[in-house]
Amino acid sequence: MIAVQGVWKFFGDFAALRDLRLEITRGSTTALLGRNGAGKTTLLRMLAALSSPSRGTITLDGAGLREPAQRRRIGVIGHGISIYDDLTAAENLEFFASLYGVGAPGAKIDQWLETTGLARVRNSLARQFSRGMRQRLAIARAFFHEPDVLLLDEPFTALDDRAAELLAGLIRQAHERGRTVLISTHQLREALALATDVAVLDRGRLAFHGPNTADLQTAPEDFYRRFTEAPA
Amino acid sequence: MKSHADLAWGAATAAAMVGALYLAFVWVPTEASMGIVQRIFYFHMPPFVVAVVAIIVGMAASVRYLATRNLDWDDWALASIEVGLVFDTMNLITGPFWAKPVWGIWWTWDARLTSAFVLWLMFVGYLILRRAIEEPGQRAALSAVVTMFQFVGAIIVYMANRWWRTQHPQPVLAGGEGSGLAPEMRVALLGCLAAFLVLYLCLMRLRLRLARLGREVEGLRRTVHSL
Amino acid sequence: MRELLGPALAIARKDLRVERRSKEVVNAAFSFALVVLLLFSFTFDPSGDEVRTMSGGLLWLVYAFAGVLVLNRSFARETQNDCLDALVAAPASAAAILLGKTLANTVLLLALEAATLPVFTIFYNVRWDFRLGWLLVVLVLATWGFTVIGTVFSALTVNVQLREIMLPLLVFPITIPVLMAAVQLTTVIFTGEPMEPEMVWVRLLVGFNVIFTTLAGALVEYILVG
Repeated sequence: MIAVQGVWKFFGDFAALRDLRLEITRGSTTALLGRNGAGKTTLLRMLAALSSPSRGTITLDGAGLREPAQRRRIGVIGHGISIYDDLTAAENLEFFASLYGVGAPGAKIDQWLETTGLARVRNSLARQFSRGMRQRLAIARAFFHEPDVLLLDEPFTALDDRAAELLAGLIRQAHERGRTVLISTHQLREALALATDVAVLDRGRLAFHGPNTADLQTAPEDFYRRFTEAPA
Repeated sequence: MKSHADLAWGAATAAAMVGALYLAFVWVPTEASMGIVQRIFYFHMPPFVVAVVAIIVGMAASVRYLATRNLDWDDWALASIEVGLVFDTMNLITGPFWAKPVWGIWWTWDARLTSAFVLWLMFVGYLILRRAIEEPGQRAALSAVVTMFQFVGAIIVYMANRWWRTQHPQPVLAGGEGSGLAPEMRVALLGCLAAFLVLYLCLMRLRLRLARLGREVEGLRRTVHSL
Repeated sequence: MRELLGPALAIARKDLRVERRSKEVVNAAFSFALVVLLLFSFTFDPSGDEVRTMSGGLLWLVYAFAGVLVLNRSFARETQNDCLDALVAAPASAAAILLGKTLANTVLLLALEAATLPVFTIFYNVRWDFRLGWLLVVLVLATWGFTVIGTVFSALTVNVQLREIMLPLLVFPITIPVLMAAVQLTTVIFTGEPMEPEMVWVRLLVGFNVIFTTLAGALVEYILVG
């Protein structure tokens, strides 16, 4: 479904990604692992159409990612919250609804505010929210337009328990509905509990890509060490 | 570590400049109305032409960079704009030295001078922007975009200035520039232009090499930091 | 076309709503405009006819300096909470994002100009019998021209060091034709002279707007996508 073909990404003369070849199959939940600097965020940003490869191509069902129609199918949780502080919870979702062409947004927004436990504060400015509430609103923003593809960059980092549980549940639900999920993470156990496939990046290259097997889940650190260079 | 090529270029440029000096100060006859001061013209106009050539090269290189994302083109853009600034500065500085004795004023805001100053500010703006961006790819892309805006902008600024100044007559530093050039003057002008172009090419060689080495150093520094 | 306008209007609406809530920029910019008017009073002796011939210039200098403050925040605001990433990743083309923000900024600058104008006419004793219709035309055309350049450069400088200095340094030389035309037309409107000979400036504004809106729309993709 997502085809990364011969992708290089240069920052000046530094190659963040080297000749990356990766096929993400439809309906899979892939845990993207790798040490800091391995290129996970670089790859995810390219999949989110935030940057383009220096060489090679990335396609979604055969077509490029800069087409609006393609990006409509993608939901992203990046490092930042991507929520407007001066808009209310409902207004934030309404804004993204209009960008993503969500039909009958009113009902959907109500439903998602309910799901993320933000229904009571729908008309409060995001600025006034606690950290956990903002995280949940960010999750709503990424999921509510029902994307076929979900790109989550270290989504569990600094989530409070409630938000983490919510997110894990939503990822499982997305998988049941046949969506494709890509989770980049350091937190091996959480990701491996949810993932059907595992991909490991090491210094810009794909070191491993395969199904998430039982022995992976029992001894993830060993597995990790096999495929990545320990820092000096 | 001067190679043979460097020495050859250096010698050629030196010879060309000596030739230009000869043409401008010895060979060409003194201009009737303005006297000896008019000879500055031969070192005032050619640098401007070279600056314009430099911009066009910079603009073309910027377009190539955006099309190919090859940083070699960015080196060309940077080198040309930076060297072009030197020539444009020559033009701006020699102007007042000519204007004061002849017309009594250092400067006037006529169409040509105003546009020339705006152009100079655009050169400077481009170079200052480059210093403010760390990452080479981003620096190259943003500079390239700025170049395009500035190129179109400079043309429109000149046109607008002409309309403005026809409505607000200023003391025009008339005569001299292009009006009624005697044949010998034309020869001297072209000769000096050729010399300045040789100087431009010589400086471009050196600046391009410097740019390439600079990138190598940056890359090495980044590698070292990541170890 | 719908692909362009839809997202653009949504973004414009969002920007205006955010600004209306926070009032962060327009208040500061308006106060700054008043400060500039004050500073000018020391530079120019605001007595009668003399001022009228300089009125266009003074007014547009105030607008330009205060306007830059507004334009600077345009994309800078999006970097808070990494909203810019969400915006660029959304199905809105880079050109739509630029158009939306330019629309919002134009509205904000026009509001700033409308608020500053009466104060200006009072401080500098400009007579009120000017042709309002023409003034509105000039304000809209010139503000759009200034704003489209300012907005695209706001995007360009959003991640650049010394953003607050880089923006005016890059924007002003390019927008000189707009300011020139605006100054000339506004002065003529204030002094009551005939507009006919000045139509070349109106044509310049229209031409500038068409050329640079197109150029900006074409190049903004290179700015927003890394």
